[in-house]
Amino acid sequence: MSASVLYRPGDSVVHRLPAHVKIVAAFAAVLGVVATPREAAWAFGADLVVVVAVWAVAGVPVGWFARRAVIEIPFVLFAVLLPFVGGGPRTDVLGVSVSVEGSLAGWNIVAKGTLGVLISLTLAATTHPRDLLAGLRRLRVPPLVTTIASLMLRYVEVIVAEARRMRLARLCRGDDSRFLWQAAAVARGIGVLFLRSYERGERVHLAMLARGWTGTMPAPPAAPPGAARWLAGVSPAVLVAAGCGVALWVT
Amino acid sequence: MSAIAMHASDGLFDAPTSLLFAAVAVAGIGAAVLGARRDLDDRTAPLAGLVAAFVFAVQMLNFPVLPGVSGHLLGGALAAILAGPWVGALCVGIVLVVQALLFADGGLTALGANVTNMALLGTAAGYLVAVALRGLAVRSRAGLLGVAFTAALVNTVVAALGFVLEYAIGGQGAVSLGGLATALVGVHVLIGIGEGLITALTVGAVAAVRPDLVYLLRQRAATREAVA
Repeated sequence: MSASVLYRPGDSVVHRLPAHVKIVAAFAAVLGVVATPREAAWAFGADLVVVVAVWAVAGVPVGWFARRAVIEIPFVLFAVLLPFVGGGPRTDVLGVSVSVEGSLAGWNIVAKGTLGVLISLTLAATTHPRDLLAGLRRLRVPPLVTTIASLMLRYVEVIVAEARRMRLARLCRGDDSRFLWQAAAVARGIGVLFLRSYERGERVHLAMLARGWTGTMPAPPAAPPGAARWLAGVSPAVLVAAGCGVALWVT
Repeated sequence: MSAIAMHASDGLFDAPTSLLFAAVAVAGIGAAVLGARRDLDDRTAPLAGLVAAFVFAVQMLNFPVLPGVSGHLLGGALAAILAGPWVGALCVGIVLVVQALLFADGGLTALGANVTNMALLGTAAGYLVAVALRGLAVRSRAGLLGVAFTAALVNTVVAALGFVLEYAIGGQGAVSLGGLATALVGVHVLIGIGEGLITALTVGAVAAVRPDLVYLLRQRAATREAVA
């Protein structure tokens, strides 16, 4: 599996929960965060406490998440701009005129975006990619989609390695494409990469037929999780939803 | 750089808008599944899987846009021209879902909007442009490259406009939509030129070796057979 996958092997309660329960919980929790009114700063604080509690149970250090949350930075930049470019009534902060509406919108994006990334990271860190795809299938995602996704995950590393070898070969022959007008060699390389990927797909198809491919992936039988595991799995999301509900009621 | 407005994060849109576009994305991907199965029959899974892996790998490749600024391909128009609109949309959509779930790239509630913009709107617009200009594409190699360039440029700009549309429906407000649209379209025209050049050269490289693999040209062969 690709080295950049975020999965951190572990044996905690969070790791052992069925993947589809975790997917439902993650989507519900993020939806709860997004539905929370932006004025209720305390609710976002409570959500953060819930997420940190899940990390503690999962045994994943906080620093691990902090380092990977930087993926969000482009949106933080957008959010930081909003107070200055926003319209509506303006107020002075430290002598700089900022838009009230823009500041609220910027805060909203930073708070919800950060919590969203942290929740996504929690799901990715505690669930093996293979289990995530099996979970999607249990959530009635068409088998064709999950089969394509699992084949994609299986081969993406092969294709990235192929691209790396082609790049190395190009560099060995003196290529140095730093500017757009030098990108022709890269583009031709991408064309060749497509050919090799497609032809590999044709070979994979024949190999699959030779092994008795019937059109669907054989799924390991799994007992449906009991109500208790469902409840345990979605409890963080229920807490987030409760915070959202109270915040909606208060404001 | 091209990811700035594309892999939207959580908190940009409100909950009803997120759910609305999640429904749009589910319907669109469902249609793409049916279409892809018609195009590829029992070879769908391995071939679409490898095309998706290709799109994924290509999105990791950075290419220089300006000195010091790099972008990466979205690949929607490229996949649609090479593998057909259904397979293209399906592959880009699956790449986005996997990026959100396994790599925390793009917000979970924004997933519907991201799939709608990049996999559905962008790919559809790019492919429609390519089909509209098919006459040019089949005439000469230069025509094919020009069509691929235009399709990829339109793909990128339409995906950015999709973001503006979603922001207009359920965004956090605070910015004038005209200003947002101008800024985003400006940036994405630049990115789209890079995307277009790479797409054109890539399609050219494939057409030179295996023209039978270029979906856009294959349609022509099929019609010709039908006429004859």
